[in-house]
Amino acid sequence: MELLSGNEACVQGALKAGVTFFAGYPITPSTEIAEEMAEELPRRGGLFVQMEDEIASICAMVGASASGAKSMTATSGPGYSLMQEGIGYACMAEVPCVIVNVMRGGPATGLPTRSAQADIMQARWGTHGDHPAVAIVPKNVMECFEMMALAVNVSERLRMPVSLLMDEIVAHMREIVNLPEKADVWQRPKLTTPVDNYVHFADDTNFDSALASFGEGYRIHLTGLTHRPDGFPTNDPKVIAWKMDRLARKITLNRSWLYDVVATDTKGADTVICSYGSIARSAQEARFAFMAQHPERRVGHIRLRMVWPFPQFKLVELLRGVRKLVVPEMNQGQLKHEFERAVSPDVEVVGVNRVDGEMLTPEEIMEAL
Amino acid sequence: MDYLRLDDRFPHILCPGCGIGTVMSAMIRAFIELKIDPNKLCVVSGIGCSSRVPGYLDCDTFHTLHGRAIPSASGVKLAKPEMEVVVMGGDGDMLAIGGNHFIHAARRNLKLTTIVVNNYNYGMTGGQFSPTTPQGARAKTAPCGNAERGFDVCELAKGAGAVFVARTTAYHVQQLKNLIKQAIQKKGFAVVEAIAQCPTLYGRMNRLGSAVKMLEAMRDGSIPVTSVKKPEDAVGKIVTGVLWNVDAPEYTEVYQGTMAKAQARQQENQK
Amino acid sequence: MKKFLKQEPEVLTTPPGHKLTIISRFCKGCEICISFCPKGVLALDSKTLKVKVLNPEKCTGCRLCELYCPDFAIFVETARRTARAAAGGV
Repeated sequence: MELLSGNEACVQGALKAGVTFFAGYPITPSTEIAEEMAEELPRRGGLFVQMEDEIASICAMVGASASGAKSMTATSGPGYSLMQEGIGYACMAEVPCVIVNVMRGGPATGLPTRSAQADIMQARWGTHGDHPAVAIVPKNVMECFEMMALAVNVSERLRMPVSLLMDEIVAHMREIVNLPEKADVWQRPKLTTPVDNYVHFADDTNFDSALASFGEGYRIHLTGLTHRPDGFPTNDPKVIAWKMDRLARKITLNRSWLYDVVATDTKGADTVICSYGSIARSAQEARFAFMAQHPERRVGHIRLRMVWPFPQFKLVELLRGVRKLVVPEMNQGQLKHEFERAVSPDVEVVGVNRVDGEMLTPEEIMEAL
Repeated sequence: MDYLRLDDRFPHILCPGCGIGTVMSAMIRAFIELKIDPNKLCVVSGIGCSSRVPGYLDCDTFHTLHGRAIPSASGVKLAKPEMEVVVMGGDGDMLAIGGNHFIHAARRNLKLTTIVVNNYNYGMTGGQFSPTTPQGARAKTAPCGNAERGFDVCELAKGAGAVFVARTTAYHVQQLKNLIKQAIQKKGFAVVEAIAQCPTLYGRMNRLGSAVKMLEAMRDGSIPVTSVKKPEDAVGKIVTGVLWNVDAPEYTEVYQGTMAKAQARQQENQK
Repeated sequence: MKKFLKQEPEVLTTPPGHKLTIISRFCKGCEICISFCPKGVLALDSKTLKVKVLNPEKCTGCRLCELYCPDFAIFVETARRTARAAAGGV
């Protein structure tokens, strides 16, 4: 039993999932992750390096991951914006890595010490070009641990960058948690292909695959240019289409397990609150308080733990027959339209938005119900 | 030839007479003479003409984002310190967008062999001026002459803390190979500035003639550092040779000490 | 190398015993090797606009052409190296 903050639990989750490399740059409110990693990694024989800026951090992290180390970085909005090109590179070169973004008020310097959930769309489309994205949102300290380990495993399996979107509230809250001794760790499969037959991006291995790292004798070529299956750049339209499709299929072929939705009392509910992150607690309390006052109403709760890919197919199922959605977000309505698309047009979808750095209260959500 | 991925992509994309090819050839000769294991060699680059070179090499090659060869190479070296990590990039990639990473890597002193191929412009994008283009020279984005001054790459590297700084040109092919060998063997951040001719763009825009003429100008316009007896000797000349060579603790070695200290601290705390 | 080049590269042994290999497909006609050969061994073929050997007997095996070539189009194996290899050396 220990009293931990969200940031500290995130570090523990990373370490238990096998992360051995951290390259980062301090930024409020994620700095504690870097500081904790600076303590933990050297004593475990891991590598901690504070780079000169966020761009250097993401590039160093990608280099280390391409060399075989499970790697992560941690930042907040302004740093996340700087890292976008690097995130795109990790997508294109299919290098696993986790970027923790402890969301704060934006845009630009914004509110360094106050919370927001305003980087949700950026996590999907921040970097240029067509690319898949996976983003995971924890709601409390225990989930910071669990979801960080999940993020590492998903990024390793799919060989793509995964964003863990905490927010300042979750990062700095302290709770008593009982962290498990071990976490599930997805290990990279051992490569058995002989060097001469090896093709780095062979078509049937865009996930759960054994891909070579630098230094294993496969003499691979990684590039950010759109490339052929052997990794070298191409201008052939057929090959370009193959690669772009391969990237998209990392999501479409894994729908059966690539979602995480917690649904409570949605069956027979007339109204469902759709939330994610730290305001899930306000949503829960709003639900109970409201139903106590209005016993004739049935209010359910859907909480997304994995925000991207957006689990539309699951929500269509879960929200069947619901007449009203209430979407509380600490942003100006970034995920509201995604929820709208999961229900028919005659369902009323109401957003409850707060962008002043203060936490959304149960009362505000109740008003919308 | 060893270290070459001879496949359907040859002849390589560099222009006829481009000095980058000569630098590439010298680098490979350095690898051959040092007997570097290609399975333990990683050549890293950013974006530009020089940065296309690693793609033609038969070892682990890492073609990264514009300006980010050095931090990417740092990640590789930190995660796999037993590998030989060589960085190759141009004057734009290394010193403009990559300038910050260049100076910090020099300060950090992680063992990276950094070859800065300087052809005084941004070749890949058509000949715009770069941080080394001399003041007054013509370029696509300076049609009336460059208003800015150019860096002295070696002074910059030295000022930032690089432990080995050397300069030569694509004319001095033997010295090119030898300096690269020395840089690879140096335990720390080693910089070799290799001046190369860009006859297609910089040379043409500034009426410098053919590749041969540009190489002859490098021959006539350079002076070995050992022949510079007073500052006036070096004015208007390219000073070649090893310009700076000192010793300083290399980053991974210092980090080993950090790990030992962290472990000792943990044991103390547990008592 | 040989398996991907459609034809054998041209190998010429000069009278002094140095083997000159020219991969014409790679040559871009930049003329650097021609100009820097101290003995005038090489010239530009007026039809193909690529390098060709003009005066093989003048070759001293200095290998400057190979060292300068940006395109890996010309290689020189000196008589001395061939002899060393035959004697079991490197």
